Amino acid sequence: MSDIKFSKDHEWVKISGDTAIVGITKHATEMLGDIVFAELPEKGSNIEKDSNVGVVESTKAASDIYTPISGEVIDTNRLIIDDPSKINSDPEGEGWFFKLKVKDPSEMNSLMNKEEYAKFSKESSS
Amino acid sequence: METQKTPLFNLHKKYGAKFVHFAGYKMPIQYKLGIIEEHNLTRSKSGIFDVSHMGQLFIKGNQELIIDLEKIFPINLTKLLINQSKYSFLMNDNGGINDDLIITKLNNGFMIILNALCKENDFQIIKSKLKNKYEMKLRDDLSLIAFQGPEAKHIFEKIILGSSKLKFMHGGEFIYNNQKVYISRSGYTGEDGFEISVSNKIVTSFVEKLIEHGSNLIGLGARDTLRLEAGLCLYGQDINEKTSPIEANLKWAISKSRIDSKYPGSERIKRELKEGVDKLRVGIKPESRVIARESTKIFDEKDNIIGKVTSGTFGPSVKSPIAMGYVSNGHTKSNTKVFLQIRGKKIPANICDMPFYKKNYMKEEANV
Repeated sequence: MSDIKFSKDHEWVKISGDTAIVGITKHATEMLGDIVFAELPEKGSNIEKDSNVGVVESTKAASDIYTPISGEVIDTNRLIIDDPSKINSDPEGEGWFFKLKVKDPSEMNSLMNKEEYAKFSKESSS
Repeated sequence: METQKTPLFNLHKKYGAKFVHFAGYKMPIQYKLGIIEEHNLTRSKSGIFDVSHMGQLFIKGNQELIIDLEKIFPINLTKLLINQSKYSFLMNDNGGINDDLIITKLNNGFMIILNALCKENDFQIIKSKLKNKYEMKLRDDLSLIAFQGPEAKHIFEKIILGSSKLKFMHGGEFIYNNQKVYISRSGYTGEDGFEISVSNKIVTSFVEKLIEHGSNLIGLGARDTLRLEAGLCLYGQDINEKTSPIEANLKWAISKSRIDSKYPGSERIKRELKEGVDKLRVGIKPESRVIARESTKIFDEKDNIIGKVTSGTFGPSVKSPIAMGYVSNGHTKSNTKVFLQIRGKKIPANICDMPFYKKNYMKEEANV
């Protein structure tokens, strides 16, 4: 069973077993506008929760990507490097960013669930 | 100062605009379609831009006014035809650019289109240089609309008969809904198109008419990507009160017949034309998809800093990142390899010719 959580930096993370998939939320893509560039962490690197691991650029501005949980990067999404518009069209599906081998599953507890994030994103954009 | 709104504010809202604060105005950065789609529509069909935040300065006068304005602007206004427009600058005594502008000769004087950010200051400078001799007014009862793209002339001819006969950088007075409008064939997108000065009272219905004919409102976001692809400067970013027109590679805008005459900054212009400049505005194309934003540092192959980026974005029509900036002498030639420092990395890039995007339209086609 997978469990989806959200960070205050507008990333989502889905955990299944000891693997996590990370991307940015639909709300984030709506704030950013058309995304034209994405930079992802390197495969094999170990990344720490809340550290800056990548960048997305829209026609308007650059925005840092933070990892919501710690772990080893086991895969990155080539598709969004070649066609960043996939992030806008399907942010929580085809537009995923990277996969992690999770270091500490309890880190998920500090993240928001769907309802909490919906409330948070509504408040932060008003 | 309180944030101002243009007369089209409610129309922008109706069409789902997202707003930004720009030069003291609340302006639409994009509508529902988003910047890339709006950009592409302007290149493939047509787009409507609200640029009513810009200053529309009218100065009344005759022969004496021409002589007095030539003491301010480095162009030949004597030779300018009635209803003809030219790109020029308001310069300071140090040869820096206080504003870039479009000046048009009218039957009874001149119309000058100024940047929103500079208009009040420009007004005061010009007024004092003209020593209060002429009636001059920044018209806030008029809106300014740009209507751009390959379909613009066809749509516009249906709405305003004869408008498509205007030649590039020429204009005239037309009647729309029993109201006078001033139309010129010009723009800031690299596309054929028009700029229309129209009364605030009818501007909303005028723009809705263009929308009825299949055009779309386009925000400032796409205006920026369009002008950057066309290699055009944005005042405050690519040119400012310190840069000279020669450094900005805008030498063409200074009338040859005026080079030896006196106007603010003329000594610097003469000197730079003779001795050259230390830095020059150039086009820059990064080799990867990384975008070099404003203030990105530029290095040569030996890791010496040689300049900085003034504007950078992703060009939807050229389908790659593009930038412009200033580099020092010796690095300005097309295809010179440079490096851009972005987030701690050195990204390879090449100096290139501008515009990044070029269409064959204008002078010939404007004769249809």
